[in-house]
Amino acid sequence: MAATDVATPPTQAPGNVRKKSKLHSHERKVGLAFIAVPVIGFLVFTLYPLGFSIYTSLTSWNGIGPMNFVGIDNYIKLINDPYFHKAMWNTLYLMIGIPIGLVISLLLALAMNRKMRGTTVFRTIYYIPVVSSLAAIAIMWQWAYNGDFGLVNQVLDLVGIDGPNWLQNTATVKPAIIIMSVWKGVGYSMLLYLAAIQSVPASLYEAASLDGANAFQKFKAITLPMVRPVTFFLVVTNIIGGAQVFIEVNIMTPTGGPEFSSATIVWYIWQKAFDNLQMGYATAMSIVLGLLVFIVTAIQFRVNSKNSFSVE
Amino acid sequence: MSTQVSSSTPSETVEDPGLSPVLTNSKLPKLDKAPQRPLGSAKKRYKIGNIIVGLVLTLGSVIMIGPLLWTVSTSLKTQQGVFDLPPQWIPDPFVWENYIRVWTAGPLLSGIKNSLIVACSVTIVGTVFSALAAFAFAKLRVPWRNGFFLLLLSGLMIPFPTLMIPQFIMFSNWGWVDTLLPLIVPGLFGNIMMIFFLRQYLSSVPDSMLEAAKIDGAGYLRTFSTMIVPLIKPAIAAQFILWFMAIWNDYLAPIIYLNSPEKQTLQLVIATFNAQYAIQTDYPLIMTASVIALVPVLAIFLIFQRQIIESIALTGSKG
Repeated sequence: MAATDVATPPTQAPGNVRKKSKLHSHERKVGLAFIAVPVIGFLVFTLYPLGFSIYTSLTSWNGIGPMNFVGIDNYIKLINDPYFHKAMWNTLYLMIGIPIGLVISLLLALAMNRKMRGTTVFRTIYYIPVVSSLAAIAIMWQWAYNGDFGLVNQVLDLVGIDGPNWLQNTATVKPAIIIMSVWKGVGYSMLLYLAAIQSVPASLYEAASLDGANAFQKFKAITLPMVRPVTFFLVVTNIIGGAQVFIEVNIMTPTGGPEFSSATIVWYIWQKAFDNLQMGYATAMSIVLGLLVFIVTAIQFRVNSKNSFSVE
Repeated sequence: MSTQVSSSTPSETVEDPGLSPVLTNSKLPKLDKAPQRPLGSAKKRYKIGNIIVGLVLTLGSVIMIGPLLWTVSTSLKTQQGVFDLPPQWIPDPFVWENYIRVWTAGPLLSGIKNSLIVACSVTIVGTVFSALAAFAFAKLRVPWRNGFFLLLLSGLMIPFPTLMIPQFIMFSNWGWVDTLLPLIVPGLFGNIMMIFFLRQYLSSVPDSMLEAAKIDGAGYLRTFSTMIVPLIKPAIAAQFILWFMAIWNDYLAPIIYLNSPEKQTLQLVIATFNAQYAIQTDYPLIMTASVIALVPVLAIFLIFQRQIIESIALTGSKG
């Protein structure tokens, strides 16, 4: 490197040029041109809408007419809006699926880490729901949950259980959506866990075996701590995704479920904005959602930068 | 352990002179390592464990693909057959006709066409720009390089629902509502996730290679296309497939922008099918449309399994 790099001291990585040398001016122009495209895209389609969003949230607006500045009225309104509370609660409730899914996927990953035949076939099968379109999956499960002819109740019938009409019942609609989400998501988490487990050095297990550790002790003292970064990553990404649940609710319970019992926050924002044309109020809710997601993501970035990832 | 032989007889019985020494060699050290234990019983216990685990995984597999098979089965039933008691697990009779009439029952074909237009244009153009940007971020001297990179990364922290209302207003001012443009244009500028991963991937390429190319007088675009692209091809391919599938399966953005049936993407078309034919209790037709929507992505997945699975695993470790 030192031999080829003339302009900068050998210890300095390219890109950290403090002095603007003529030699690299062409490179800087080309580099700027290359990064300009996504940066412009970001400014136009993310940053500008974000700014506009913050302003809109302070107005009363139907999307077409004049925007009336109302200050923080929308935010006060959402604090007192029982539907907003219900939607928030529903969204949180649906996140029960996250720990359930993680436990199942870790167990699956452990099972597939065994030296046995057929694991790649199993891996493929468990991954199929992950790549399937959520819209099609939601349609499929909507009818599988049907009380009269649905697959779920047909199977329950085989063991003598008379199942409810899952999606029409306030007590079962959320568990029904959770079961579907877990079913769709375990393959993904399983795969990440499997990759993490397989990267654990075998010598650790060998040393533990020599010390007389049994399988459970090895799992608790070696496997679990070694997959912790993956667990963390999955918890964070699942919370971010879980905060934005929309498609399955929109398809399976188009009216937000019986007594609003499956309406999520994004579903409510969508309804307020595009059905009721309350753009100001809907935007205020979307800002609150954005803040929550931002906080969770920021925590992830922070923890990650302490572990392995760093920008430079 | 490779399971390529899973369908055939156990590898021990295969008479393969080239393979057997390798097998015995790889087995020997393992046998040496646990001299204290009675070997036979530990091995036996492991085998019994495998059988139990295998059974559990098989049961799980039934749960994983059962609903999909039920969907396919329902799509081949008659309208009345859906309600039969006891349920028909295997359609009787097979109504293949559903797969013919589904094409005229709604804009399924134009849905596929629209989804292809959106997914192909975005991924092809967006991948080129993402890769160029990743190259610049990883290897070129760019003023405020890290600042720009952090700026882009901050975009990942903002969820789409927060941006969807102002974006909708913006695109409707531009007259883009009920066209495919709002779904295409933002994606053409590249994908931050892809830039992030390609940049990570590129950081393992030694700088000296680039310096050598520079000394040889190659321009940056030439260096990019003849040296960088071949180096990061596997990462590009994996990210490309993931992105394609994400766009193909997208629902929230299309439902906001597209109203006319012939403008809808495939996912919206099947959702409309779902609402429309549920009233007429034509459930087989709904299932037929869903199966047709599922098949292309499943086919892509089965073909590119290895790349997809590897890149997902990489996502987790790098994310």
